[in-house]
Formats: sequence, C-alpha cells, structure tokens
Amino acid sequence: MKRRILSVIAGTAVLSLAAGAASAATLDDVKSKDSVQCGVSQGLPGFSNPDQDGNWTGLDVDFCRAVAAAIFGDPSKVKFTPLSAKERFTALQSGDVDVLSRNTTWTMSRDTALGLNFSVVNYYDGQGFMVRKDLGVNSALELSGASICTNTGTTTELNVADYFRANNMEYELVAFEKADEVVAAYDAGRCDVYTTDQSGLYAQRLKLTDPGAHIVLPEIISKEPLGPVVRQGDDQWLNIIKWTHFAMLNAEELGVTQANVDEMKSSDNPSVKRLLGTEGEFGGAIGLGNDWAYNIIKAVGNYGETFDRNVGPDTPLAISRGVNAQWNQGGLQYGPPIR
Amino acid sequence: MALQDVSQDVGQPKVALFNDPKIRGWVYQIVLLVVIIYLVVVGVQNMFANLAAQNIASGFGFIGRNAGFAISQSLLEYSQAESSYGKVYVVGLLNTVSIAFIGILLATVLGFLIGIARLSHNFIVRGVATVYVEIFRNIPLLLHIFIWYFGVLRLLPHPRNSGDLGWLGLLNNRGWFAPKPLPQELFFITAIAFVIGIIVTIFISRWSRQRQAKTGQQFPVFWTGVGLILGMPVLVFLVTGTPLEFDYPVAGGFRPSGGMTIIPEFIAMLLALSSYTAAFIAEIVRAGIMAVNKGQTEAAHALGLRHGPTLRLVIIPQAMRVIIPPLTSQYLNLTKNSSLAVAIAYPDLVSVFAGTALNQTGQAVEILGVTMLTYLALSLLTAAFMNWYNAKMALVER
Repeated sequence: MKRRILSVIAGTAVLSLAAGAASAATLDDVKSKDSVQCGVSQGLPGFSNPDQDGNWTGLDVDFCRAVAAAIFGDPSKVKFTPLSAKERFTALQSGDVDVLSRNTTWTMSRDTALGLNFSVVNYYDGQGFMVRKDLGVNSALELSGASICTNTGTTTELNVADYFRANNMEYELVAFEKADEVVAAYDAGRCDVYTTDQSGLYAQRLKLTDPGAHIVLPEIISKEPLGPVVRQGDDQWLNIIKWTHFAMLNAEELGVTQANVDEMKSSDNPSVKRLLGTEGEFGGAIGLGNDWAYNIIKAVGNYGETFDRNVGPDTPLAISRGVNAQWNQGGLQYGPPIR
Repeated sequence: MALQDVSQDVGQPKVALFNDPKIRGWVYQIVLLVVIIYLVVVGVQNMFANLAAQNIASGFGFIGRNAGFAISQSLLEYSQAESSYGKVYVVGLLNTVSIAFIGILLATVLGFLIGIARLSHNFIVRGVATVYVEIFRNIPLLLHIFIWYFGVLRLLPHPRNSGDLGWLGLLNNRGWFAPKPLPQELFFITAIAFVIGIIVTIFISRWSRQRQAKTGQQFPVFWTGVGLILGMPVLVFLVTGTPLEFDYPVAGGFRPSGGMTIIPEFIAMLLALSSYTAAFIAEIVRAGIMAVNKGQTEAAHALGLRHGPTLRLVIIPQAMRVIIPPLTSQYLNLTKNSSLAVAIAYPDLVSVFAGTALNQTGQAVEILGVTMLTYLALSLLTAAFMNWYNAKMALVER
C-alpha cells in the first residue's frame, strides 16, 4: 500500500515537473525508447494476464502488440506495466505508460476531467452479478440485503449503488483494492455476490475453487464500453491508437486474416489494397510506414481472431461475440473505412 | 554570546553592521526563509499550471459533490444517495480513528501483560511470552492481516447457520451481529450516577493520599471506587426499573436483521494490528522494567514494602520514564499501519477517501494532500498527548 501511494505521489511529482515533456509527441518518445509502454491489468484472464511462462496474453495485450507492430513492424517491442484500478489514470497522466489498455470503462467524467482521451471501444461490456448456485437466486432483483464484493476505484461501485437504489433494495458493499482479494473473499464466503464487468466475472470464475458452483445472473445493469486510453493533446498518437483498432476491424470485415495476409497483398479488392498499403499512402498520414496495417494483421491477426483466441467460445471464458460482433453481423463493432 | 559580552565589557568600538555576527545570522536566516517560501510557491504554482495545461481538474469543488457509493461501516448516518465527498472523508477518518484508538488500548493491555510475563520466574509463562514476541514481531504486518482475515472468514459459518452466542447475538462470516442497546427514558439517571461515581472517587483518592501523607492512615480507595463507579449506577439502574432494552438480531434472509453489526474486516484488522504491535510493546515494557536497578527493589523490600506495592510504587513509576517515549512511536506506527486496511476492504480513510473518492474524482494532488495532512495531524496529536503524559511521569527532582 505504501508503495502504491508513493508511486501516485511520485507520479504527481513527475507530472508537475515533466508536464512539458508529456505533451511532446508520444510517437517520437516511443521510437526513441524503441518500445511501447503499455498499462495493463494485474491479471484478468482473457484480457491481460501473464501465462505460465510469464508472457502477457489477452485481448488488451494483443491490442498493445498490434500498436507495436504498426510502429516497429515487431509485436515484441512492447513493455507491460501491471496497474491496479486505482493507479491506472495517474500512471498514464504522468507518462509512465504511453497507452492504457486495461479494460477501462469510457465515461464522460473520465474523458473530460482527467486530461485523458478515450479512443475506441475494443470490447462492449456490461456489469453483471455472480452468485453461488446453492443460493437459489435466479435474478438480480432477488438480491435485497445481500453482501456484495467488488473492486475499489471502478465504475462498478457506482453502478451497483444506482441499481439497488432504483430498485429499492438494501445491500452491503465490501470493496477491495485488488481483484485477487475480491475473488479470495468471495470464495471464502464473505459475500453472496461478486459484481464486476460480465467478461470479468467469467474470467475470475476460473480462479474460484469450484467454478461450476457459481452462476452469472442474466441482468446487465450498466453500459461498460472498454477501450484503450491516451493522454490529451497528442492527436497523432490518438490517431495511431484509433486506426490500429479500425484496421483490425476492417481486416476482419474484408476477410484478411493472419494466415492469408500475404496472399491478400495481391488482392484486386481496392479496400484490401488500401488496408495493406499496396495502394495509397495511408500509413504516412499517421506517421507510420505504409505497411502498418499489414504488420498488425501479420503479428496478431484481425479483431475476430484476437477475440476468438483470447475470450471466444473455444477458450475457458467461452464468451460469445454478442454485441462485439461486426456491424453487419448484428454487433456494434464498426470500422470506419480506410480511404 | 559569551564573546560578545566580553567585547562589550572591554568597551571596544562597535563593529560595522555588516560584520556583526548577530545581524549576519539574522540575515542568513531571512534569506533562507525567503528562498524556501519562493521554492514552495513556485512549485505549487507550477503544479497547478501544469494540471490546467493538461486539462486535469483541480481545486476542492469536489468536496460538496455527491459521492454516490456505499460504505460498509459508518459511525455516522451515511447515505449513498445524499452524502458528499466531504462526508466520505469524515466517515473514513472516524473509521481510521476508531480502529487506531481501540487497537492502541488493546495492544497496550496485551503488550504490558506479555512484557511482564517475559520477566516471570515461571519457565512456561516466560517461554510462551518469548515465543509470542518472536513470532509476531518477525512476520510482516500485511501477512498478519491476511491470515486473520481469511483465516477468520473461513472458520466462521454462513449466515444461514449462524453461530448463536446467546445474549451476545449471532456470529457468521458477515460479521458479529450484536444486540443493540436501546436506552429508555430514565436511563440518563444511571449515566449521571456513573459520572458522579467517577468524580467522587477522584476526590476521595486525592483526600486519602493527603491524609496518608499527613497521618499515615490508609483508606480502601479501590473498593470504595468500585462501589461508587459500578455499584451505585447498578443500584440506580435497578431502582429506576432497568430502563435499557436490547434490539436482538434475528437470523433470516441474506444476513441477520436488527441489532448492530461489527464487520469481519474490523475484527480482523483490530486483531492483526493489536497482536502485532503488542509484541513490540512487550519488548519495550520488558526493557523499561529491566532498566530499573535491582537495588531499588532490594531497597524497597528492606523498607518493608511487599511485592505488590514495590512494583506499583517503586518499579513501575521509574520504568514508565523509559517506556513512554518508545511507546509513543508504537502508537504512531499502529495508527499509520491502519492504512493497510485497504487490503481487506476495511473502509478506512485511505480506502474510501484516498481510494474510491480519488478514483471517482481523479484529483490525486488534493486528496493525497488532505490525507497526508490528516495522518500528520493524528500523529502530532498522539505525540502531544504522550509528551504531556511523559512530562507528568518524569522524575520529579527534589
């Protein structure tokens, strides 16, 4: 804890001293460091989680690798900084990380009061509840009087407050700083309910002693658009982040995959040509090479591939695409055209 | 000073203002002060200018805004619907102060008992105390907290089969649901009787001390005090028709309803903080007692004092002078260590104010500044009280 506070204070101190440097071009900083510094969670399976060998994996991690691939043509030129929910914004404000890709909900106050810019939504989520099966509860509306475990410093605290108030229900909130302690306390029976983003519930359920004994209730009580965040005042960097995501969406829509990206280079489809840089100068417009999108897809694949690999139906999380499907498949993911 | 006096005595001509050491000293001090003030002002200005340049909100406008999140333990009326961030601060502060205060009391009692046990002539008592001190002193506090919290949580039953403590209420892993005392109309008479009992006892003890100093006659102050402070209020309580009722918790639903709840986070935090700090206090007490020369005991015995009065009148007053200063730092440590509560969701100042409120508002500079000043003030108050007590206990030289 002391270390935490220290880092926040150090961050603020750095912020006050190095404010000039922070507003300089992030892309130049990144190039001179020869790596992208990416803020991720402290371990959320499917989104950002170290595997047995200590390599970071997950949807948010793949996004950072895609950014590195777009800039350097090398997805390994990225360094990860695990951050708690509490530390994340200060770390980005102070320049400790270049991009925050940490299942962070886009809200108006965060977007306007913190000196930060939310770029895109790489996962549409909503807050849900998980309970023990033997509790016999089938709906969140039966939870009046329950004890609820969650994380501090998240939107979930406020959502749950609003939801219970709107439905005239009582509850006791037990808020921990780290996700691991929330899981441990819920597992130990301190709470009846564990609440966080629904994707997080599926992910954290894997850490419980008996994952099969718990169910996620059907209610979704909030909109949680999750996506990467950057500092305000650097439009070029914001564009790189935005178009990294859009390139992955366009690739999926156009059927460009990690496996066929090389043969797609000789495609006659003008949209594919513009995406892969065989036509036009779109990379130069965001300060990158013309093969930026090719490098992204070569390195991590298109959006659908990263989704399936990290959180999709064949993974332990088994999350279906749902609202995260492409716009023409009934979802919300919509990549503006590259032209 | 001495040099100056000499020079004046000799009557030498006055030195130039520029060379006068006294004036020079003042000039240096003033220059240093100006430089420090300048640096602080520039630093603060720079910080706010940069915050503004980065479009980060600053200022204390957030204090009045609605906080909108729940807090699991609050000594005041706190409602997530209406309460502001200012209220969050007060609630967090009270939670910190209450855990620190009760923790200090418990740690002191436990520490003195163990410290004295370490000097016991009984091998087993001494051994147990030594093992306690070595184990508790040498494991990091955060681990203590986790062990108490998760250990206690796993041992306690689910609310559906709460442990029944009879008239003490119910116990389960949502906390201890104690009966809540509901004072009736006439209860204030008992309270008045209690206060009168204390005041009268203080006067009697003063009077008896003076009388003993004059005449050597002793008065049973202790038993009189017990009668006045405990016996009299109980009598009044019974005479006025036991005007106190209890609201007993009733099992049912997700957790028992009614009564008052002591959350497991509080219990775990209290046990961890007090048992850990008690190990340090025990060593301080042992050191204090051992610092009193054995000759003092022998002299007291030679004067015919029995073991009890020797300890009470000769050894402890002298040991206290050694004990109090390091004891003060243990109290300060305990207060500051209570900020580790954030790890187990006890809603202390760091958890709710420097945690949730900071994250919701994003105003790290203001909130951390206020939090640091608060801990500073708490520590200085504790230290001031202990210094006063130390001065009272200091050796009076005659």
